Amino acid sequence: MNRNLIIGTALTVLFIALAALSFLWTPADIETLDIPNRLQTPNATNWLGTDHFGRDILSMIMMGARTSIAVALLAVGIGMALGIPLGLLAAARHGSFLDELIMRGNDLVFAFPSLVIAILITAVFGASAVNAIIAIGIFNIPVFARLTRGAALPLWERDFILTARVCGKSATRISIEHILPNITNLMIVQGTIQFSLGILAEAALSYIGLGAQPPTASWGRMLADAQTLVSIAPHVALVPGFAILLMVLGLNLMGDGLRDWLDPRIRIART
Amino acid sequence: MIRYALGRLTSLVISLIVASIVIFAVIEVIPGDPAAFMLGINARPDTIAALRAEMGLDQPLITRYLDWITGMLRGDFGQSWTYKTPVAELIADRIWVSLPLAIFALTLSTLVAFPAGIYAASRRGGAGDVTIMGATQLGVAIPNFWFAMILVLIFAINLRWFSAGGFPGWDNPLQAIKSLTLPAIALALPQAAILARVMRSSLLDMLGEDFIRTARAKGLSARQALWRHAVRNALIPVLTIIGLQFSFLLAGGIIIEQVFFLPGLGRLIFQSISARDLIVVESVVMLLVFTVIMVNFIVDLAYAAVDPRLRTKS
Repeated sequence: MNRNLIIGTALTVLFIALAALSFLWTPADIETLDIPNRLQTPNATNWLGTDHFGRDILSMIMMGARTSIAVALLAVGIGMALGIPLGLLAAARHGSFLDELIMRGNDLVFAFPSLVIAILITAVFGASAVNAIIAIGIFNIPVFARLTRGAALPLWERDFILTARVCGKSATRISIEHILPNITNLMIVQGTIQFSLGILAEAALSYIGLGAQPPTASWGRMLADAQTLVSIAPHVALVPGFAILLMVLGLNLMGDGLRDWLDPRIRIART
Repeated sequence: MIRYALGRLTSLVISLIVASIVIFAVIEVIPGDPAAFMLGINARPDTIAALRAEMGLDQPLITRYLDWITGMLRGDFGQSWTYKTPVAELIADRIWVSLPLAIFALTLSTLVAFPAGIYAASRRGGAGDVTIMGATQLGVAIPNFWFAMILVLIFAINLRWFSAGGFPGWDNPLQAIKSLTLPAIALALPQAAILARVMRSSLLDMLGEDFIRTARAKGLSARQALWRHAVRNALIPVLTIIGLQFSFLLAGGIIIEQVFFLPGLGRLIFQSISARDLIVVESVVMLLVFTVIMVNFIVDLAYAAVDPRLRTKS
């Protein structure tokens, strides 16, 4: 085990645990407003203080973790569910018109400024968590398609694939039974990185009001609310920012750590 | 080279056409009736009909699409519904905030990332390398709009060195640059972190190459070999990333402009979205996409001009 992996996993597990716990319990109810108790700095009752409506910030962070993780995870899910099969298909039909079509389609999606398109989608179809997931998810598809194809192509040249073909297995079966298991590690590592980018994208979209809508808590909107309060109650802006920072940092470290750990060549080189 | 350029040019044109169709479809076809969308739910049917006629929505789809495209090619981006002025004029006003901001941020990010990346690579595994790499991990993980708020808190509210937002215009260039400084820093941070990492790894690849060993064998010191041979070659992939970052900065400025209340293209998009001024949204988005695709195209060509291997590969 390496240090990146340990720190990264610890941070990630912490936030996932906070999100899971929020289904059962939060320190306070975030839907009741307590105006007299607003903008409290961290204290014994409200560990991370209260916001401009007197809501407990720790409870909001826990509920916000749920939104961030759900949106980012589903967006990665869309990317994997569509991108990996497309990449496998392109690799299996290497050099064909289909391969060319898939890769040019990828290039095209890459050429779009993702944020602008996400804004466009949520603006036209309405601001909601579901539209944020779709908007972020679309840009994950070419990432996974390209990575899958790139990793699958050299595998197709290997002897064990040739053996499978001699045995009469179809390209689809080979892709599923032999190619896919060999690229799983790579997908897990990339999935972690896309997950962290998804957290950042969700935060940005909900900051500008195009993500999850009230009363659903989200870190990005907590920051938007805090913006005008930054001079009188800095902690209201600091806490959600640190939550995003630590979650993204945790996922990135975990991704780096996993890459080293899952790749035997690097693991052996280190010991 | 000419064949390569023609190939890239073809895919550039195809990209632009597909992009324009997608944007046109998302804005004008999918939400149903744009006129009804723009006027809101309480609009009277005759008002909607009048706007439909004014916007040319009674024309067939193909005609509307071709009108839009040919109009843009002539520099006619249509008429804004809320501002009652040509969209081209609105864009021309705002671009003098967004473009300088992107260039400013790119300059900052390059100025920080180059020395940091080169230093980290030349001290590989040392304390300096570990510190810089740790800092880049943080830089990548910080949401830039939050970093912007922290900058405002420290440098505008507490130290009062800068204003917390707004833009005075270019009549007073010094004030204008000053008001773009914090936004540019916020925008540049994650890019600088990425660029420093690319610079470092590209340089490390170069330092392992045979020509560096040859240079050392000729009697060059490690420092001379680094600066004369490694850095120059390591720059090629770095320049590609810089090209990509420019377009990212132009689009990414949208959110930073919100934080600092800068009257740039980003705020224009938002104001138009909330005013349901679809014509402005459509044209600004197309302009941004066009810029991004163009910059990528130019980077590809520049890359191929510097590195002959690329021309033959594709």
